Amino acid sequence: MADQRAKSVLLDIRNLRIEATVFPPGEAPKNIVLVHDVSLTLEKGKVLGLIGESGAGKSTIGLASMGYGRGGVRITGGEVILNGRDILKGGKEGFRKLRGREVCYVAQSAAAAFNPAHRLMDQVVEATLLHGTATRAAAEKRAIALFKKLSLPNPESIGERFPHQVSGGQLQRVMTAMALCSEPDLIVFDEPTTALDVTTQIDVLAAIKDAIRDTHVAALYITHDLAVVAQVSDEIMVLRHGRLVEWGGTRQIIKEPRQEYTNALVSVHEIEHQEQKPGTNPFLSVKNITAAYGRSHIKVLKNVSVDIYPGQTLAVVGESGSGKSTLARAITGLLPPEQGTVTFDGRPLANRLADRPKEDLRQLQMIYQMADVAMNPRQTVGTIIGRPLEFYFGLRGRERDKRVAELLDKIEMGKGFVDRYPAELSGGQKQRVCIARSLAAKPKLIICDEVTSALDPLVANGILKLLLELQKEENVAYLFITHDLATVKSIADSIAVMYRGEVVRYGAKSQVLAPPFDAYTDLLLSSVPEMEIGWLEKAIKGRRMASAGN
Amino acid sequence: MSSPIVKLVAQRIALGILLLLAVSVLIFAGTQILPGDVAQAILGQSATPESLANLREQLGLNDPALIRYFRWLGGVVTGDLGTAMSSGQDIAMSIKGRLWNTLFLAFWAAVVAVPLAIILGLIAVRYRNGWVDKLISGLALASTSFPEFFIGYVLVYFFAVKYQIFPGISTVYDEMPFGERMQAIMLPAAALTLVVLAHMMRMTRAAILNVMQSAYVETAELKGLSAFAVIRRHAFPNAIAPIINVVMLNLAYLIVGVVVVEVIFVYPGMGQYLVDHVTKRDVPVVQAVGLIFAAVYISLNIIADIAAIVANPRLRHPK
Repeated sequence: MADQRAKSVLLDIRNLRIEATVFPPGEAPKNIVLVHDVSLTLEKGKVLGLIGESGAGKSTIGLASMGYGRGGVRITGGEVILNGRDILKGGKEGFRKLRGREVCYVAQSAAAAFNPAHRLMDQVVEATLLHGTATRAAAEKRAIALFKKLSLPNPESIGERFPHQVSGGQLQRVMTAMALCSEPDLIVFDEPTTALDVTTQIDVLAAIKDAIRDTHVAALYITHDLAVVAQVSDEIMVLRHGRLVEWGGTRQIIKEPRQEYTNALVSVHEIEHQEQKPGTNPFLSVKNITAAYGRSHIKVLKNVSVDIYPGQTLAVVGESGSGKSTLARAITGLLPPEQGTVTFDGRPLANRLADRPKEDLRQLQMIYQMADVAMNPRQTVGTIIGRPLEFYFGLRGRERDKRVAELLDKIEMGKGFVDRYPAELSGGQKQRVCIARSLAAKPKLIICDEVTSALDPLVANGILKLLLELQKEENVAYLFITHDLATVKSIADSIAVMYRGEVVRYGAKSQVLAPPFDAYTDLLLSSVPEMEIGWLEKAIKGRRMASAGN
Repeated sequence: MSSPIVKLVAQRIALGILLLLAVSVLIFAGTQILPGDVAQAILGQSATPESLANLREQLGLNDPALIRYFRWLGGVVTGDLGTAMSSGQDIAMSIKGRLWNTLFLAFWAAVVAVPLAIILGLIAVRYRNGWVDKLISGLALASTSFPEFFIGYVLVYFFAVKYQIFPGISTVYDEMPFGERMQAIMLPAAALTLVVLAHMMRMTRAAILNVMQSAYVETAELKGLSAFAVIRRHAFPNAIAPIINVVMLNLAYLIVGVVVVEVIFVYPGMGQYLVDHVTKRDVPVVQAVGLIFAAVYISLNIIADIAAIVANPRLRHPK
């Protein structure tokens, strides 16, 4: 029995240790250990999910199975045994023979991973031709068959296109076809659906799963989304800070996690928030706004109307390109609308940012997705938070410092951070500083534009809890822009669903999330992965039935 | 060809023509500001008020500046660049041969310099931060840092005086056989190559290195391509636009900036012609040469722009 298993083992990683040299500003270069003695085995044709937060070492391990390290990353210990031989002993030549032939890689953003200068087909068959495993004609035939299997439109001719002529979800499938084309034994999927909209993700996920099943290729599936990995993996390995936390069958990990950390990952979205009923007087009303960029005839917002009530949260949800961020830009005056008005406390706000008095600017604050680029890297946390205090309230010296300390306290960070620079903070801490900066202005409304999208689930959860607490204390309202429905469920009082520039569904949370649904909201809701084995098949089946019914 | 490209290219060409017109106005205005006029310059010491007035009448210098400008421009457009004061020769005729000489020299310098610079740039990226990269960068920088007359004289000292392989004075004439002509331009072409090499090589290196950070370069490496194949097939095609730009700038320099090298090697090209007539204060010749240099400069830059547009797959293959 044990012998049989040994024969079917494809990849056997033993005590893998990976290090990197980092260059912290103003300090001597130092060595850090990214992966501490991790071991794993993967049988032929099986899928192992690697899951963890950023910095867990999951991508690093995935790339190590191809003998590759990004930047200054080095494999300093252990063995990576693939098909019975230690690939780390093969040297550069050995790696080149293995990459693209025995192991292929599917990157997170196919849009960036395809070379914009070459046609898709040339890139898809490149590895196959390089390793001489098939003639060009045979490789192209194989590629077209794979395009068909991955349900790409026009499989015969899509290869003639350039990457920019194909959508993101399609590119991700083409990249999967590219990996499968050279008939490897192992594919490393590195967050292949993370950059996609939920409604696109489900199709790509199903296509990848079918392709893995039909070609009997083994896979390392790297993601931070446990619900996604539960759909495709046979086994799941949980990693944290480069160490193994738990490794087991998919069912065991999501149903009976043994480690506390795994349990936290599984139950991450359970935030309790009692929905508040909208009052009678919204303090901010958006009425029939229509907006476009430049002199374009394409309207990014079409006749959008929403109301925001004091101390409540309006979640605006939709796919990329649906106009959610444009709505925020129209409200703040960054993009003056062509038609419609924004009323604040019963009076209309000036369309253009430049025409608004300081007091109006103070009342509307923003927090962004990318906290690192929203802060001046050369200013300390104290200066960043203190700036709105000086600008809006004229606070100086000790008074200002006192208020900065209070704000740091509110975001649960403490005075010790006053003299730190953004580069010294973690992603979650950076976002907290941005929250403190917006709170410093004592606004009535904070617009949160995908503020948790770039964060790991547990960190994002902390931020959401903080936002809810602050809302209670300060009675501030949020316009919460997100594509993540789980986030919406946990914090919203009312919801606006946007699709192609229009609000397709709007109302109190309990109404919006209760049937009967319109077609788009139904699609959106049914696309959110659930932490349940077999969800994907059920969702796809439900979708086919719906389209058959039409 | 698709419509966005045609539109962009047409735009660039129209802008170039407009720019050239503006330059012609500047050149004309500049020569008007100078004290004295052509009549005075022609008559020199022997000028009497009557003869001056006669000559002015004869040359049409009494007409308003605007009319004279359009008369000059009209001549330029129809190929009549006027008459040189110092020799009384037709400028267009004298320039023809010299322009051809300058282009001949620039062409052969470019044929060596451009591929060499790009290949050295590729090699520097392949062995980046290693000793090969540092050696290439160091030598290229050194050759650029020396002034061109110094390089010119060093070349003359070794190859013309000490070893007598090539002539130190690059005299060429119309009926000269091709082989002899090539031998004559060898040293000035080498000097020019050394002057422009480093700039192109370093920009090529920088442009490719910029692209080497891209995710698609990692994809190529993970397909098992060799380091040089990754650079050549995946990085270089995406760095082509900035490289073309710097190549064109240097080509323009080879034609417009050769003055010093032509004077050192006594090469009968445009640069030497210009210097000669500046010393003689021959305004019509300076005007004509200035306009031709401007035209060359602007057209090469337009070509660079157009090449960059055509090299962009997003414009070549719209959605």
